[in-house]
Amino acid sequence: MTEIKEIVLPGELIGEKKGRKVSRGAYFEGEKVFAAVLGIPRMDENEISVISLSGVYTPTIGDKVIGIIKAVEISGWTVDINSPYLAFLPLSEGVGEFVDTQRTDISKFFDANDVMFCKVSKVTKNKTVQVSMRSIGSRKLYGGITIKVTPTKIPRIIGKGGSMISLIKEKTGCEIIAGQNGIVWIRGEIKDKAIEAIMTIERESHTIGLTERIEKMMSEVV
Amino acid sequence: MSETDKKMIVDGKRLDGRMPDQLRPIEMEVKIIDRANGSAAVNFGGTHAVASVHGPRELFPRWMQESDTGILRCRYNMAPFSVDDRKSPGPDRRSVEISKVARLAMEPAIFLEDFPKATIDVFIEILQADGSTRVAGINAASLALADAGVPMRDLITACSVGKINGTLVVDLNGEEDNNSEADMAVAMLSTKKKITLLQMDGIVSKEEMMTLLKLAEKSCEKIYELQKQTLKEKYKRI
Repeated sequence: MTEIKEIVLPGELIGEKKGRKVSRGAYFEGEKVFAAVLGIPRMDENEISVISLSGVYTPTIGDKVIGIIKAVEISGWTVDINSPYLAFLPLSEGVGEFVDTQRTDISKFFDANDVMFCKVSKVTKNKTVQVSMRSIGSRKLYGGITIKVTPTKIPRIIGKGGSMISLIKEKTGCEIIAGQNGIVWIRGEIKDKAIEAIMTIERESHTIGLTERIEKMMSEVV
Repeated sequence: MSETDKKMIVDGKRLDGRMPDQLRPIEMEVKIIDRANGSAAVNFGGTHAVASVHGPRELFPRWMQESDTGILRCRYNMAPFSVDDRKSPGPDRRSVEISKVARLAMEPAIFLEDFPKATIDVFIEILQADGSTRVAGINAASLALADAGVPMRDLITACSVGKINGTLVVDLNGEEDNNSEADMAVAMLSTKKKITLLQMDGIVSKEEMMTLLKLAEKSCEKIYELQKQTLKEKYKRI
């Protein structure tokens, strides 16, 4: 039988503030800290937060996400990043070279429906989002398929220091990239096994002993 | 609403055998619709309500967008087969009103300012109506919102109270509702005990009103326990 971590509901008291920072998934009234979402509370000496078990992705600066180009604009692209807000990729952030927009059709760099791994570079207060390709690892993804999972489960799919994802990569021989926005890109021969493993992690992310189960599952892959 | 001749309370018990402060059997379930971000079904005896939450998502038409906050949209709808006579489908005066009060009941609980320019859509469908449909709908919507991972100050719990044959009762069913002297729908933030919806039909004295509110609070506590249990059970299960 697998152990289950404690779950809190919105409005439930999770502790005293004691000068700590109250971040995502929690809020405070006076000294009392309450959960704002259904999830697992996390407390240390500096911070109190609740890790949500469901919900949509809200972009934060520095997140590495997988986006899909929605439209080609005059000087950039609009990108769907699986959140309530569309992101914009300016030409200067997308291409390293000088481009004369008068003479060039920028769809030769990225066109509609292209999949790309990029970084959230700006988020304004009223959620105007900008993404950038000027970071390590950012690139256009050719071929493969994308699947959507709950964004809050991505850290579990990646695992501690990337242990879980590299296990799946190694056993299935697939290339896998997990964006923090809940989109996972997979390319390879036995991708159905990889998808199955990722779906299992998503479903059972809040249970203890998951790594062993995934290891067992992956050992069955020949 | 006038006093009726029909005896609704016999030997201290109501027509369906309940005590005045007894709720009908309640069933709750979450995650029943795959396509929605969150969903729930709540049964209060013969009243069956289903709620689904979509979003936070991009808001169209664009002119409705608020640059500093998100908005909540709520739609309450009764199925044509939910009542004895066929209800003509589509919004009518009553469902437009209930949509609005349900939205106003839920808005204070939600951190809408976290989602500027976006919308959270709540759909409440009544599949079978037997009194207290709006409170069943609000309870279902609250569960669905929590299931969708929407940041909230608190869960919302609602219940109905009323006066039949001079007795103060909770959770009125259809027949009691039609023959009541007064009926009142109450929704509150469960742990903070703050009222977000208070609608009353009929006449009661000030003292009765205060007693009704106490009764509603007590019933809401019971319903909250069930909501809590339902959500925790669902997320515990592998």
